[in-house]
Amino acid sequence: MAFYSTNEFKAGLKIMLDGEPCNVLENEYVKPGKGQAFNRVKIRKLISGKVLEKTFKSGDTVEGADVMDLSLSYLYTDGEFWHFMNNDTFEQIAADKAAVGDNVKWLVENDPCTITLWNGSPITVTPPNFVELEITETDPGLKGDTAGTGGKPATCSTGAVVRVPLFVQTGEVIKVDTRSGEYVSRAQK
Amino acid sequence: MASSSVSWRPTASIATLQKRAELTVAVRSFFARRGVWEVETPCLSSATVTDEHLQGFSTEFVGPGAAQGRTLYLQTSPEYAMKRLLAAGSGAIFQICKAYRNEESGRWHNPEFTMLEWYRPGFDHFDLMQELDELVQLICSTEPAERISYQQVFMQHVKLDPLSCSLAELKQAAAQLGHGELAAAETDRDVLLQLLFCDAVEPQIGQQRPCFVYDFPASQAALAKLNPDDPRAAQRFELYFRNLELANGFHELDDAGEQKARFEQDNLKRRSQGKQEKPIDPMLLQALEAGIPACAGVAVGLDRLFMLALAQSSISDVLSFDVGNA
Repeated sequence: MAFYSTNEFKAGLKIMLDGEPCNVLENEYVKPGKGQAFNRVKIRKLISGKVLEKTFKSGDTVEGADVMDLSLSYLYTDGEFWHFMNNDTFEQIAADKAAVGDNVKWLVENDPCTITLWNGSPITVTPPNFVELEITETDPGLKGDTAGTGGKPATCSTGAVVRVPLFVQTGEVIKVDTRSGEYVSRAQK
Repeated sequence: MASSSVSWRPTASIATLQKRAELTVAVRSFFARRGVWEVETPCLSSATVTDEHLQGFSTEFVGPGAAQGRTLYLQTSPEYAMKRLLAAGSGAIFQICKAYRNEESGRWHNPEFTMLEWYRPGFDHFDLMQELDELVQLICSTEPAERISYQQVFMQHVKLDPLSCSLAELKQAAAQLGHGELAAAETDRDVLLQLLFCDAVEPQIGQQRPCFVYDFPASQAALAKLNPDDPRAAQRFELYFRNLELANGFHELDDAGEQKARFEQDNLKRRSQGKQEKPIDPMLLQALEAGIPACAGVAVGLDRLFMLALAQSSISDVLSFDVGNA
């Protein structure tokens, strides 16, 4: 496995820390007068998602993490695993519950997802920024409301619960931002 | 910072560069009014500094008398040459020049930067702090600076006496700040002192007005005299303002023997860390032997001073071109 010195740290570099693969977010060089130089590095742990700041002595080396992002289509779940396919090679990869996590509610068949592999195994599944979901259940709401004051909860086909404007009805397809979990619009037909 | 799309354009705006030129004129006239004269010394020198944490650049001179090539070092500061001028009877002198330090680049660092350095025979470090304070007030329109000893400020913010605490106590304090791993592997007291100072002290001082910290631990004396009242501390000071270290000054060590011993100590440290030893400058030692007047000297990072004067957030904002598009 490759080792990286602090001089090679930049946003996007994947390194190992406390036995967990991490993504470097920021790297700032600090040096006290006539003293040891340090790098203050902001890091996201890829499994726990925790963001933390870590200080290294400048020139120190850290083991790189064998992490790779793949864009794969979501196929189906068998209850235990979620299956994804590379549309070019038809190769399939199965991610477990821990990797899918809360994002399970955004998985729509055939949507392109980013699967992050660490040492060849999926550790996170990231859905597209926007998904279209069918509403399976929501209160009828009041006619004539178009401003969407406050809205109402709507349950979608994937199990996600999204706040929608009062005029949106059961059976409709809506566009949702998966990063914030917020309703964007009715889906364009 | 180097970006992926490198532009030919200056990193600073033309308006900033014009203001910078005006400020440089103001610095020069500050010294002219005080009878401190401007000197120029070579950027290329046959010797360099032994400082453990300074990495110099070098190049090769080939020409008459050096057919096989002769290594020349780019100065990390003009200190040694200026001390030779002092020994030769220059009196009070200042210099504005480029200094070069390898491995230093970031929001507050550029490997090539502008240094203002001056020496005042007859001054001690407190007199020189006063003069520097007046210069900073003139250039940055600041309030008069605070002054606090390293020991005091460290005790205030880290709750340890930096001159007497143990390595284990320093490790523990670093671990409490989230540097457990770094601290556990560290055997050098000074690295831990520097880490704690950077992390726990610097952000707490010099926010409203500049702050002088003086009497650094003797282990970080560099070219300063030891404090005659407490030889655990050296007569060295630094100036901080808004998270920037602006200047480093000394009540200058004038003892050639002691200076040589410190250089040799630096090289021992370098060797123990697998770093290359550096040739000790014989010319500086000879000048110290010949005798330099009792004096204080200080080096100011002029780009940083201008950053503060012009309310810029990164050193690139006051440089025509930074290392990314030089």
